[in-house]
Amino acid sequence: MKQVAILQFPGTNCDLDTQYAFEKLGCKTAIVWHKEKSLPENTELVVVPGGFSYGDYLRSGAIAKFSPIMSAVVEYANGGGKVLGICNGFQILTEVGLLPGALKRNINLHFISKFQTLKVVNNTNEFLQKCEKEEILNIPIAHADGNYYIDEDGYKELEENKQILLQYCDSKGDRVVVNGSVESIAGICNREKNVFGLMPHPERALETILGSKDGIKMLEGLIA
Amino acid sequence: MKAIVNIFLKEGVLDPQGKAIHHALDVMNFEGVKDVRMGKQIVLELATDDKEKALKEVQQMAEEILANTVIEDYTIELV
Repeated sequence: MKQVAILQFPGTNCDLDTQYAFEKLGCKTAIVWHKEKSLPENTELVVVPGGFSYGDYLRSGAIAKFSPIMSAVVEYANGGGKVLGICNGFQILTEVGLLPGALKRNINLHFISKFQTLKVVNNTNEFLQKCEKEEILNIPIAHADGNYYIDEDGYKELEENKQILLQYCDSKGDRVVVNGSVESIAGICNREKNVFGLMPHPERALETILGSKDGIKMLEGLIA
Repeated sequence: MKAIVNIFLKEGVLDPQGKAIHHALDVMNFEGVKDVRMGKQIVLELATDDKEKALKEVQQMAEEILANTVIEDYTIELV
């Protein structure tokens, strides 16, 4: 049984959904309060869930990066441990420097909350190993600051190292502008492919009756 | 002493809020506005009167938390 640690900051609001998701997939989970200085022993995956840590004050994820638990997460990731950041979790991972780039205000300034089709750009990583390349997934998004920015050199590196995970697309797989992201990027990983970040919420796509169960094969990849 | 930190998105990084303000000004018939950039200002009341020390410290604050230097530039003014 895989041990998953799910972080909780003041303002996190997807922690219980994320816990539900990983328990449904047969994992043992622990919610870890941000003031903790270490991760539970035998943690095999750390998830930084979505929400509004510290009310998004200053910048999304900017204050959370100084929470005591984040030093442990950085150390864990640098030692090769798997870390997944969803939505606000993605923002926190870019702020703390575990992922390149930054997330800006959506180009239309709206909070966007809807189901969105995504294209799998690279599946040569643990997170998307159960998805086909170019596969189209239907996953909810819910964010105001999802406009991914990286400079040209950084983008080239992402592309060359196959670090781009997902792009926003239409139902045919053609790229679409959703929030202004560079090259419609919805998710990336680090060069070593053990830290993953995405704006969409796979933990909200687990049951057909609620619109989609495409999130299962994403999360399953991390606990395979 | 006060330190005033102004933070703006870097040149070349699209500023959606500045753009929206620019659009609103156009709609209101304020002509002749070529560009609008929106930023934020953080005012720090410092205990020290040592300018050099203050500048060094505030610079460190700006680099580590106040600005995200991947997308933002900052200026520091001591008054």
